[in-house]
Amino acid sequence: MWVKCMNQTNVLPRLPALQNGRCSLSRVAPHVPVLLLLVPALLVVFVLFVYPLGYSLVYAFRDEKLGVWGLMNFRQAWLLYAKDIFLTLGVSLASSFLIGFFAVAIAGYLSLGENRRAVAILKWLYRWPLFIPVVVVGQMMRTFLARNGLMNNALMALGVIEPLQAVSFLDWRGMIFTFVWKQLPFATLLIAGAMAALDRSMLEAARNLGAGRLRVLCGIVVPQVLPTVLVSLILSFVSILSVLSVPMMLNAGSPTMITVDMAWRVASYSDYGVANALGLISWAMCAVAACFYLRHGVRERGLQ
Amino acid sequence: MMNACGRWPAIALRSLLLLLFAVVIFGPLLNLLLWTVAEAWYFPAKLPIHWGFSYWGRVFRPEAGAMLALGNSLWIAVLTVLVSTALAIPAGYALSRRSLPWRSVFLLVFLLPQAFPAIAVDLNIARIFYGLGLNGTVTGVVLVHTLQGLVFSVWIASAAFAGVHAEQVEAARNLGASPWRAFFTVSLPQASPGIIASAIFVFLISLDEFSGTFFVGAPDISTLPLQLYTAATEGNYQIASITALLLLLPSILFMLVVERFLRADVLAKIGT
Repeated sequence: MWVKCMNQTNVLPRLPALQNGRCSLSRVAPHVPVLLLLVPALLVVFVLFVYPLGYSLVYAFRDEKLGVWGLMNFRQAWLLYAKDIFLTLGVSLASSFLIGFFAVAIAGYLSLGENRRAVAILKWLYRWPLFIPVVVVGQMMRTFLARNGLMNNALMALGVIEPLQAVSFLDWRGMIFTFVWKQLPFATLLIAGAMAALDRSMLEAARNLGAGRLRVLCGIVVPQVLPTVLVSLILSFVSILSVLSVPMMLNAGSPTMITVDMAWRVASYSDYGVANALGLISWAMCAVAACFYLRHGVRERGLQ
Repeated sequence: MMNACGRWPAIALRSLLLLLFAVVIFGPLLNLLLWTVAEAWYFPAKLPIHWGFSYWGRVFRPEAGAMLALGNSLWIAVLTVLVSTALAIPAGYALSRRSLPWRSVFLLVFLLPQAFPAIAVDLNIARIFYGLGLNGTVTGVVLVHTLQGLVFSVWIASAAFAGVHAEQVEAARNLGASPWRAFFTVSLPQASPGIIASAIFVFLISLDEFSGTFFVGAPDISTLPLQLYTAATEGNYQIASITALLLLLPSILFMLVVERFLRADVLAKIGT
């Protein structure tokens, strides 16, 4: 999954290259045998992704019981799940911003830290969640954040809370904690990569002129890696919106994330209409995030 | 430069933050491991009251279904790797040519399934598969997993073929080798470390896949993630934690070996 993120940053800024892809038929002809090699893989994407995607877009506007078209699925989704829609948006946004903040902090220390041992320890530490499957993370957090979990036990042992104050964190707080825990390494990996590619001489010049490390990070490093930070925020946002297992395991009761509601509509009521309407709402959230990124990208290029 | 006395608070703060980070990273993992060997653990006991391995026996009993789910998971992952590698080798070979028309469009097409939240697609795939009789079959689950892994296999294969030395292929052709022979004796062996790395990624994605299996496979096909979910919702911490550990081990093992197969120069070419 982390490779996915690295890939996406590579391809997204290349979108303008599409404009150079105009080809006349005579230029394409010699490539036909090679293009044929792509056919099986493209077929899989069309049959298993584009076709179901179209299906979902169409059936979001269809009431199959009455056999009519309209917005009734969205009305129903809003009536039943408005709370969940806001919770989903809130949890995804809050997690993405926390991921961005901590990723910049960790990547910043990795590139500006002066104590080599501390940098090495941090580098070794932060990657661990990358290797742990999402479902396993769900189970780990179910035990860790529960009322009798190690987190409460540690807080009680330190005297921060009394045993009577111990509560379960398996609600929106637990989901944010889990998403940040799991996604932070991807974002850090991306941002640290971008920071490593910066021109060191400018950073050293600023340090020599007496700027503190925090000031160098906020004033010089972060503005230069801002596009990567944005990409990692958006990638985190999209992946959080697609996770079904974590909210199902942490917090299947109400209010929960809309992925759980979609699964529930289908599994219990075979109600594909409302499920697809909720799907469309989650795509709309992603589309807004993507537009924000593209607009920012255009502005950046416009400045250059 | 600050004097030695002034640096102590900074050093203490740094150590404290690192320690806190280590606790946050390893705390959940430790809690899971503790539950795998806990016989009884009630609030407000800080550690298990009774320790033991009796739940391990319950997980590994044939009627518990965990072994069947493990077998299913491994079999589905192997099939997914075979299908996606068979698709990715020709596609990656084609995409490794920079002169290919609409190359960036094709690269983007393979990324699309990852750029949308997957649940709504998965539930419609399940609906379409239901009509085709593919629901609850291994074939159906393998197809869904293949879609999830395709961007990795295609993009990594493309980067791997782009790293093949063109002059060696040309030399083989000049010496009279057919295009097929040049491909199988020069290009493919040189690209194979990257292809093995992509196979490992696809294997892990398949092993971890939840939502597609949930809609397409369940209840006929149970994989380890579904088994873990069931155990977790039944509220049995021990069985769920032991199942989670079973799922965690291959991921850590494979991640340790994947670095040996993914060369830095290939890594840098992914998606470009």
